[in-house]
Amino acid sequence: MASELTRLSLAEAREGLRARKFSAVELTRAYLGAMEAARGLNAYITETPDLALEAAAASDARLASGAAGSLEGLPLAIKDLYCTKGVLTTAASHILDGFTPTYESTVTTSLWREGAVMLGKANMDEFAMGGSNENSYYGPVVNPWRRNGDTAALVPGGSSGGSAAAVAADLCVAALGTDTGGSIRQPAAFTGTVGIKPTYGRCSRFGIIAFASSLEQAGPMTKTVTDAAILLGAIAGHDPHDSTSVPVPVPDYTAALTGDLRGKKIGIPREYRVDGMPAEIEKWWQQGADWLRAAGAEVVEVSLPHSKYALPAYYIVAPAEASSNLARYDGVRFGLRVPGKDLTEMYENTRGQGFGAEVRRRILIGTYVLSAGYYDAYYTRAQKLRRLIANDFETAFETVDAILAPTTPSAAFASGEKADPIAMYLGDVFTVTANLAGLPAMSVPAGLSAEGLPLGLQVIGKAFDEAGVLNVGYALERAAAFNAKPAAWWRA
Amino acid sequence: MSVDPATVKKVARLARIRVDDAELPALADEVNGILHFVEQLQSVDVTGVAPLTSVVHRSLPLRADVITDGGDPEKVLANAPDRLESFFTVPKVVE
Repeated sequence: MASELTRLSLAEAREGLRARKFSAVELTRAYLGAMEAARGLNAYITETPDLALEAAAASDARLASGAAGSLEGLPLAIKDLYCTKGVLTTAASHILDGFTPTYESTVTTSLWREGAVMLGKANMDEFAMGGSNENSYYGPVVNPWRRNGDTAALVPGGSSGGSAAAVAADLCVAALGTDTGGSIRQPAAFTGTVGIKPTYGRCSRFGIIAFASSLEQAGPMTKTVTDAAILLGAIAGHDPHDSTSVPVPVPDYTAALTGDLRGKKIGIPREYRVDGMPAEIEKWWQQGADWLRAAGAEVVEVSLPHSKYALPAYYIVAPAEASSNLARYDGVRFGLRVPGKDLTEMYENTRGQGFGAEVRRRILIGTYVLSAGYYDAYYTRAQKLRRLIANDFETAFETVDAILAPTTPSAAFASGEKADPIAMYLGDVFTVTANLAGLPAMSVPAGLSAEGLPLGLQVIGKAFDEAGVLNVGYALERAAAFNAKPAAWWRA
Repeated sequence: MSVDPATVKKVARLARIRVDDAELPALADEVNGILHFVEQLQSVDVTGVAPLTSVVHRSLPLRADVITDGGDPEKVLANAPDRLESFFTVPKVVE
């Protein structure tokens, strides 16, 4: 019974709870049991079983009294980048040792208001910097998926790797991630799950530990497109605490899911056919275009001529913002303090020991490109390229309603396989453009590679057209009928 | 453009991150790898292109200049590694 409960989608679990087929406490217990049996995956940094059971009992009372919220009793994993009041929040960094926020992020506040239950804080790459979840102070996350006939550990992608692994292994009904350059979509693709990065400004960033403020957004990671629509509806909306959140109405995203694409035009960006792209990625991309045609869409080629400059522009803009945002970790107000003989040495010791290798690398790059004499050559130039990349999309969206691309240039890779930072960065080649342009984009599982690993298709839409993106995703989901699950080898 | 270990040491100082001297050559190689990677941006003609600083096409909202929050030193200080009464503490900065 327990494993049947944890296999339900969010929409199915919600229906079961409302029909009182099982209680929120039963559902929560089933997940807590699954989490305990899956500790080897290291998907959670902090489990909060007592809080979860308490919240579930309160949900059962509201379900009984008819006062249930839209997410009543649904157990979620929350990426450890969201500040959660009274619960350790680490950003997977040593430098936030012991940090227990005295306030709650806006989007998690929305979830709890709707009755959702927190199971724990999901593992991630330190400060959301990484594409493999190997950069966590709390150890790497293991992908629930393995290659056919092979027991080698694969990465779940990153930076929201713990959230993705938890959804794929049925260790939560759904999860929250964040996406700065692909950190929701790439791990979703690597784990056969659904993930959507909303338009920049659609969700509040208040209470999300900042990495690159002009690029990042909160978003759901789920088992189905319908679940993503439900969860996005709960977290989207204007927040006076975030001046970049935009006061526009939030539509009913589930109502948009018709799968009917008649009259819609879908663009295939020719520049995304990159050198050395595996034939398999190309094959599923073609398949995706065929599925959308079958759903009634017209598929046309579009050009995004500055695409190849997206990654280098990103690796200037994001580290520059990171070096500024992470200046707050000084050993004075929160987290780790390593003593020194004077104030400067205390700062240097704290930051020297508190940051991991990738975070340190990005702070150094960011500091360098912002330093006197280099600012214009690097930072201003990268911002100009960012304008050209955003303009490319604007032009394309004059003729098409959405864009279809692969999510990643490969399936999940092995732990330790990408030791070179540049090789790791290239994994974001298809996802980073949507962050630079601030556009909504989602990943939907397409099928399995020859090695038996999930591959994702990406839909990029017009600003604030999450509804359109979700509907294209829904059409892909229906046609793909992806229902493969990893074998539960991790259960002791 | 490329950096030498002495430049990395200077940048690390600016960023207030202690780096052992022994690590500097390897770190310089990594930084140079990334600088080399982003070098391709120099080949694009960006004449007349305005830098994009925000994708939100509206000016930042203003609100009335009134106190909306605060007055809670215990919450502010709750995570301090060290404190004295209602203050954060730092190593002595004045002799």
